[in-house]
Amino acid sequence: MKKLSARRRHPLAAVVVLLLALAATGGLYTAFAPADKAQADTSAQSLAIDEGKKLYAVGCASCHGTGGEGTTDGPSLVGVGAAAVDFQVGTGRMPAQQPGAQIPAKKVIYSQAEIDQLAAFVAALGAGPSVPTEEQYSPEGADIAEGGELFRTNCAQCHNFTGKGGALTNGKYAPTLEDVDPKHIYEAMQTGPQNMPSFPDTTLTEKNKQDIIAYLDVVNSDDSASPGGLELGGLGPVSEGLFGWIFGLGGLIAVAVWVAARTAKAKKS
Amino acid sequence: MSSQDTPEENLPAERAADEHGAVRVADEKDPFADPGLPPHEHRIQDIDERAAKRSERAVAFLFTLSMLATIGFIAAFVAIPKDEIVYIFPLGHISGLNFALGMTLGLALFCIGAGAVHWARTLMSDVEITDERHPIAAEPEVKAKVLADFKEGAQESGLGRRKLIRNTMFGALTLVPLSGIVLLRDLGPLPEDKLRHTLWSKGKLLVNMNTNEPLRPADVVVGSLTFAMPEGLEEHDHDFQNEIAKAALMIVRLQPDDIKDKQELAWSYEGIVAYSKICTHVGCPISLYEQQTHHVLCPCHQSTFDLSDGARVIFGPAGHALPQLRIGVNDEGYLEALSDFEEPVGPAFWERG
Amino acid sequence: MSTTTSTTDPRRKAPAGERVADWADGRLGIYSLAKTNMRKIFPDHWSFMLGEICLYSFLIIILTGVYLTLFFHPSMNEVEYHGSYIPLQGQLMSEAFASTLDISFDVRGGLLIRQIHHWAAIVFLAGMFVHMMRVFFTGAFRKPREINWMFGFLLFVLGMFTGFTGYSLPDDLLSGTGVRFTQGAILATPIVGTYISMFLFGGEFPGTDFVARFYSIHILLLPGIMLGLVVGHLILVWYHKHTQFAGPGKTNKNVVGMPLLPVYTAKAGGFFFLVFGFIAMVAGIASINPIWVLGPYRPDQVSTGAQPDWYMGFAEGLIRAMPGWEINLWGHTLVLGVFIPLVLFGLFLGVIALYPFIESWVTGDKREHHILDRPRNAPTRTAFGVAWVTSYMIMLIGGGNDIVATHFHLSINSVTWFVRIGFFVGPVIAFVVTKRICLGLQRRDRDKVLHGRESGIIKRLPHGEFIEVHEPLSQEALHTLTAHDQYQPAEIGPAVDENGVERKVNGTQKLRAKLSNAYFGEDNQIPKPTAEEYKEITSGHGHH
Repeated sequence: MKKLSARRRHPLAAVVVLLLALAATGGLYTAFAPADKAQADTSAQSLAIDEGKKLYAVGCASCHGTGGEGTTDGPSLVGVGAAAVDFQVGTGRMPAQQPGAQIPAKKVIYSQAEIDQLAAFVAALGAGPSVPTEEQYSPEGADIAEGGELFRTNCAQCHNFTGKGGALTNGKYAPTLEDVDPKHIYEAMQTGPQNMPSFPDTTLTEKNKQDIIAYLDVVNSDDSASPGGLELGGLGPVSEGLFGWIFGLGGLIAVAVWVAARTAKAKKS
Repeated sequence: MSSQDTPEENLPAERAADEHGAVRVADEKDPFADPGLPPHEHRIQDIDERAAKRSERAVAFLFTLSMLATIGFIAAFVAIPKDEIVYIFPLGHISGLNFALGMTLGLALFCIGAGAVHWARTLMSDVEITDERHPIAAEPEVKAKVLADFKEGAQESGLGRRKLIRNTMFGALTLVPLSGIVLLRDLGPLPEDKLRHTLWSKGKLLVNMNTNEPLRPADVVVGSLTFAMPEGLEEHDHDFQNEIAKAALMIVRLQPDDIKDKQELAWSYEGIVAYSKICTHVGCPISLYEQQTHHVLCPCHQSTFDLSDGARVIFGPAGHALPQLRIGVNDEGYLEALSDFEEPVGPAFWERG
Repeated sequence: MSTTTSTTDPRRKAPAGERVADWADGRLGIYSLAKTNMRKIFPDHWSFMLGEICLYSFLIIILTGVYLTLFFHPSMNEVEYHGSYIPLQGQLMSEAFASTLDISFDVRGGLLIRQIHHWAAIVFLAGMFVHMMRVFFTGAFRKPREINWMFGFLLFVLGMFTGFTGYSLPDDLLSGTGVRFTQGAILATPIVGTYISMFLFGGEFPGTDFVARFYSIHILLLPGIMLGLVVGHLILVWYHKHTQFAGPGKTNKNVVGMPLLPVYTAKAGGFFFLVFGFIAMVAGIASINPIWVLGPYRPDQVSTGAQPDWYMGFAEGLIRAMPGWEINLWGHTLVLGVFIPLVLFGLFLGVIALYPFIESWVTGDKREHHILDRPRNAPTRTAFGVAWVTSYMIMLIGGGNDIVATHFHLSINSVTWFVRIGFFVGPVIAFVVTKRICLGLQRRDRDKVLHGRESGIIKRLPHGEFIEVHEPLSQEALHTLTAHDQYQPAEIGPAVDENGVERKVNGTQKLRAKLSNAYFGEDNQIPKPTAEEYKEITSGHGHH
């Protein structure tokens, strides 16, 4: 977020245009399923919508269509809601650079104010989930253990036990959840970006989502404890086996070489 | 057998047995002859008493370090709280106690070893010694004696002559392990049709595993993923693990137009389809659902199923499609099962058919 | 009593140590035992210590394992957790999982011992693998050591299963997934699969029995057998005396090295402490199997990256790479997609286990071998071994295909296809390349013997030609480089014997002749220089 605010006043329009010209050369495969939240966001200030429309026309329209109706290069944005925009643009996934199995997260090029304006515009296209408030996604007071169980039921199958990420089919992957803003985790669950399924409030309540965020905060942050020592990537037996072979057995063989080596002779004749 | 043996000339010639240890000069006949052990060379420690003293001090230092490390181990055990997390670069936020105990115990042991090996390498004699090998196989006389003894013993037992004894003894020895095998019978019940049924049956509501509330069609939106269990099953139930191992359900909603398989469409409700969460390969809970491709991937062995096409296998080692649960909506508007799974869930087995 | 001691002066009182030894000798005959064994010779080479790494890690596993049994509850009774690990507070779990959490967080030093136990197991299996390969590539499995090779092989296989039953005990989500896989694989066994599964798990999976049953297998049955095999393995090493590499003064009839007392006692005894200390330090700095983040087992939960420990990774690879074949006939299902990998798993290991017998059949050599081969001097064996290891490693990649895919930004499907093809193509390429390399090295050895070592000194001859001066090798080097055995390929012999009667040649004889040719035929080994060749060259080019 610091990065974002630092860039707030950068005259980025030229960069955006350049990136989009590149992006438009390939197909974009990101699709958004219509989210459920039937909460109309028509009360947003029309000013923000107008500003957002301008940004949209420059940055998004080439793939998603001038009215957000979608093209072959990008899905329709009608009904995806402000939360989807905040997640996609806020994590740098959008605007996409190039087509591929999956659009990766990258450097964010819009300021939060611009993202809000874009979100307001897209939200006006059709009702969808709105950006969660801090009260919704804050891990304060949530049940960590319950979050762990929910995480293992709903999330670990793709994102691994502690959110280190994992492989999906044909080059797609579930990204690591390390250093992901709680707001974006919340939005991802709510909107189901790209190939991730959504977990709407009707099946995974706001409280459930908070618990999951609280669990991740404990096991997957910069200062998460790994009592046993080096975490080895948190990937399980593969990295443990590699470490055991290279450092464990490797170190012992080095010791064995020392034990068996001949002691230096007094003089080389 | 003899025809299988290699003729002597195909085997490499045995090297003449040398006087081991004796230094021999290469003779005219064999330029590659064994020159014998090279003469022993002295180490620095062998000729310089000061170097030997240095080695001695090094060994003693290592042993002393080991003692200190053991004291350190005890001190760490007593002094460091078991739940203290400390930051140690580059290891991260780790248990201070585990780190301290591991390092001190490791050092205490390692130094004993290092001391002993340093002692052996620098101060104990390093003159190489030669020891003779003796053929393992017995001399012919010994072999003859043993065979004769055995024959005598066998004869005295009368085993060959008294066939009745021999045969009944073999019979008894063959039968007696059967008791052991029979004893294993009560390890578990017979399979019967246990693998064919789950807790699902007509009218059972689909209960959301996150909220423990029955699901309504409106709860499940296109692109979402929900896990459900049959109504009445509780996490505290003593048979919860066994039941959920078969009944676990994965619910997604597709656009009805996207559903390619006719039966799938017929068994769905407004595009909501319910599939077994248990992989048909070896039973991992499969649920890596890609909402755009409608593929679901198993994290264990990468079997991939297409949920928009009857959950048929499109990649990986699974042999058949995921079983689908027929669902509908009851009078109160809740999703319900219309029957049990029509086929066994989970891994295939011999009697599955 | 004192009158019967062998001290020269009967009035002198023997030192205490001697009196204890006398007492023991009267009952155990220790002096006669020590006479031949106390100064027993062991050759020094780092690769001869790989077996010691295994032995010591095995002892470490037993020591730490006994400690763990004092705190572990092998029970699947469901309990609610209220220990010190916050993120699992109030969760339902089996007693086995809860007690493992207690060992990790509430028993001081428990976490360290758990980690030493698990790291030692990883090192034990890796050590056995490398030790086995050392024995294989140096031909140390040849007569009289075939039985000991089998003992070692059995230890490796039993070690795999002891490891598997061990890491399944905490009943965590990762190992539970592995147990589920095992149950699925058992179900795939034709005819008896469902019965074995019901009996092993005491009913349906997961049931409430398997932890207790695996526990007795893990701490009693398998280690008991292994301990017996280890003792047998060591007795045979002792009895056969260690092999040695060729060199000056080293023959097939002697063994050159340091005596058991004192050097080897200090080195081997010291090495135990080195291994233990090293593994303890590893356990102090690196986490292994952090079950608290894996969570308790639930058959409806799973995490991506579900792998077994490395030694089962090869079996995992076979399972992952296999296409999903399933045959339904006459109301029965043959689950080839799982069953073929199970059979392959056994065959693949069986090939390496039986190799000593295959090779001795091909060579027809019934003599004892105590001098080790350099791998280059047995090109076909070495190439076969490398091919085997290549397949093994490709399957290890297959077992971790998801981790490989995410970390090298590849498609998991491509990685799987690479493994499917590589399992067959990889070993062939490895075989051909290895054999070429071996033959090249043999040729270089031959040149070295005949023409001497390249000295790097360039000399200009009077007529302007530049030559590099070759230094003749020392007698030691000449001997070492020519010490290896070379076989002639077995021949079937003439189809008609000297009396004109047609000889019967059966298929096995033909196969054996073919194999023998593949091992020792003209293109498959470089003839080592003969004394005549050497003399001719050295006399002809004496001015070098």
